[in-house]
Amino acid sequence: MTGTGVGPELIRLSGVDASYDHHLVLEDVSFHVHEDQFTGIVGPSGAGKTTLLRLLLQTLNPVAGTVWRAPDLRVGYVPQLESVNWNFPITVFECVLMSRKSSRIRSWASAPEKASVSAVLERLGIGDLGERHIRELSGGQQQRMFLARALLRQPQVLLLDEPTSGVDISTRHDILHLLADLHEDGMAIVLTTHDLNGIATHLPHLVCVNNRIVGEGTPSEVMTSAVLERTFGARMEVLEHLGVRLVVDEAPATYTPGSRI
Amino acid sequence: METLLEPLSYAFFQKGLLVASLSGGLLGLIGVYIVLRGMSYIGHGLAHSIFGGFAAMQLFAAKFYAIGAGLWGIASALAITAVTKRSRVGADAAIGVITIASFALGVALFAKFGSSGPSFDNALFGSILGISYGQIVGLIAVTVLTASFVFLRYRALLFSTFDPDVAAVSGVNVGRIEAALMVVLSLAILATLTVIGVTLVAAMLVIPAVIARMLTDSFGRMLAYSTLIGTLCGLVGMYSSYYADVPSGTMIVLVGAALFIIVLASTGGRGSRRSAGLDRHPEEIVTK
Repeated sequence: MTGTGVGPELIRLSGVDASYDHHLVLEDVSFHVHEDQFTGIVGPSGAGKTTLLRLLLQTLNPVAGTVWRAPDLRVGYVPQLESVNWNFPITVFECVLMSRKSSRIRSWASAPEKASVSAVLERLGIGDLGERHIRELSGGQQQRMFLARALLRQPQVLLLDEPTSGVDISTRHDILHLLADLHEDGMAIVLTTHDLNGIATHLPHLVCVNNRIVGEGTPSEVMTSAVLERTFGARMEVLEHLGVRLVVDEAPATYTPGSRI
Repeated sequence: METLLEPLSYAFFQKGLLVASLSGGLLGLIGVYIVLRGMSYIGHGLAHSIFGGFAAMQLFAAKFYAIGAGLWGIASALAITAVTKRSRVGADAAIGVITIASFALGVALFAKFGSSGPSFDNALFGSILGISYGQIVGLIAVTVLTASFVFLRYRALLFSTFDPDVAAVSGVNVGRIEAALMVVLSLAILATLTVIGVTLVAAMLVIPAVIARMLTDSFGRMLAYSTLIGTLCGLVGMYSSYYADVPSGTMIVLVGAALFIIVLASTGGRGSRRSAGLDRHPEEIVTK
């Protein structure tokens, strides 16, 4: 799987600062998204991962620096499941349908639009769940639904905020394979994750963030004790098993009956 | 059957039935968006706010009190949206501050200059039987405008209510659609306040939408059910008020409340689970 980004440029952040309520969250960030990119943004909570996504989405304006996007760029976005109002009265089909590109005057969906929703639901393996309420899905199915909503707009770039947060190992594998397939089909993908062993190590390109970009490159270049320590502010040991890098906390505390941690 | 047809022989009742069902349907339709955005309190707030406009118009042109009150209501609604968006103040607090300040201003103006125009009681409690031809035309116009707005901007309204961040990424001008919704809401309140009374408008904005939510998990169906339930409350409330000899606005709201209890009892836990957390609106993503 390639994905380190050598194709035409789609989004460029140059020397960007971002803040909330005058509190600087990201400082002097330069970041590029290319056509063939598959990048994971890793970092601890509060490091600025979601802020970086919001800059790419242009839902947040930088306080310094510039954001450039290719003209007429189509961007798909999959939000964190935690940010969704699961009690909102909406079925899976309605949720996906709302992202259709509609320039027509009439508001109801046409037959081809409904067919395209059915097709994307089928492609993601949730074709028979269209009439279900969104709360009735499993975590993996909920991710697939939001992925379907993003894919309906045929995006050139897909941005995902913690797509594997709160899902089991099997679902995490499914989502990763799904994203790999989409990338093979020519879609640039940028996702945030704090899961180093489950996700980050399997991606072709990583960006380590802790209020600024600490490191960038392939997992073998970035997943080193030195870079991870600067990113997470904790000592970490990196092992290699069957060519895959694994991160463990250095000297983890162990509990044995009768002992104090 | 004859009992049902008997009041229809009176022109005032025919007019009242038309106006009550239109008001119920209109508030039921727009109420879905208000309830799902966690702004149920806005109907109550704007009722107070409009008082400020009403009082101010007494000083200049008392005849046009409805126009002044309407413009004042729209300005308050837009101010609530702006304050909520640009600061850390929640919608409920912004509604409380802006509308009650407007109400206080109205009281101050009345105390200082007095009233020369129509009684504010009319606007406050409504007078469905004394409604003028002009007011009926106004109500029909606002109903058509609201239905057209919901129909033509269905996707944008739904998307910005459910998920404003992703809506903005998907080409929806969230700020503009919210402002337009507030204008339409203000017009709907203004058009119905002289019918069922502004204090009861707040209830009719919420009750049909909550009942509809208990009945369905689909947004499209909730919109249809809420409109139908609002219309039904208007019709049944008018008939009840005729036979019980009680003010129509009160009966319309009481019918809604009775329907709420019936649906809550018949849907049991499913209904209350659906309506639980209706005031939870999509939060800004604050994760860093």
